[in-house]
Amino acid sequence: MRTPINREELLLRIQALEFAALDLNLYLNTHPGDARALADFNQISAALAQTRKAYEQAFGPLMNYGHSLSCGRWAWIDEPWPWEV
Amino acid sequence: MWAYEKKLEYPVKVSGPNPKLAKVVVTQYGGPDGELAASLRYLTQRYTMPTSQAKGVLTDIGTEELAHMEIVAALVYNLLKGAPLSEIKAAGMDGYYADHDRSVYFVNGDGVPWVAAYIQSKGDPIADLHDNMAAEEKARATYEHLINLSDDPQVTDVLRFLREREVVHFQRFGETLNIVQDFLDRRKVW
Repeated sequence: MRTPINREELLLRIQALEFAALDLNLYLNTHPGDARALADFNQISAALAQTRKAYEQAFGPLMNYGHSLSCGRWAWIDEPWPWEV
Repeated sequence: MWAYEKKLEYPVKVSGPNPKLAKVVVTQYGGPDGELAASLRYLTQRYTMPTSQAKGVLTDIGTEELAHMEIVAALVYNLLKGAPLSEIKAAGMDGYYADHDRSVYFVNGDGVPWVAAYIQSKGDPIADLHDNMAAEEKARATYEHLINLSDDPQVTDVLRFLREREVVHFQRFGETLNIVQDFLDRRKVW
């Protein structure tokens, strides 16, 4: 079994995946016919959704306004906020 | 509509309080070529773009600039957090402190507040896209100046990330300009 990953490591993984998705998104806006970039975008987006789900289950919601569930109690207002480093 | 993600686009760490560095980094928050100006410029220009592709580019880059604004705010907040008054005075930030304490406000390095006159929305997509390409180059140059001034390697790392994003945005705006020029059938050879 893999050792449980800590919050910072998992967040870093999300940041890396989302950055790749963001950059591909910008690229695809001006190269919408690039099939390889599109495949990369979809693969990375799927991995991002999975990693995001793992994070949220362990450490609480990443998004507001209904994009993340808050099971059991209202965890959106838990610390830390992103600028509290 | 926008939704908030409870994370930064790029991790921010600082080595410790450093009001001297905060004083100059704040210009990328509220200065003429800062992230607030960039975000608002693109998000307000998108309404009059002639192609769906250009509307997408301006929406997405304008949104990424909001994330950059948050990164710069995180830098300034942490560089001022717990800074002793003696250091704030020595950094020439006593005027800022008088009005804002250690909060994060939209000013340039000399304390001049942000004004909408920093940005343009001409209603002419060719003029606007050229303006945006210039804006990205000016922001890149500003980040290079800040890197030259930085004495904190952890801050320099974040500034290098932000600088690189200006280079990518410049590239995407150049491609968008070509697409819009083709669409308008008035491509020019310079």
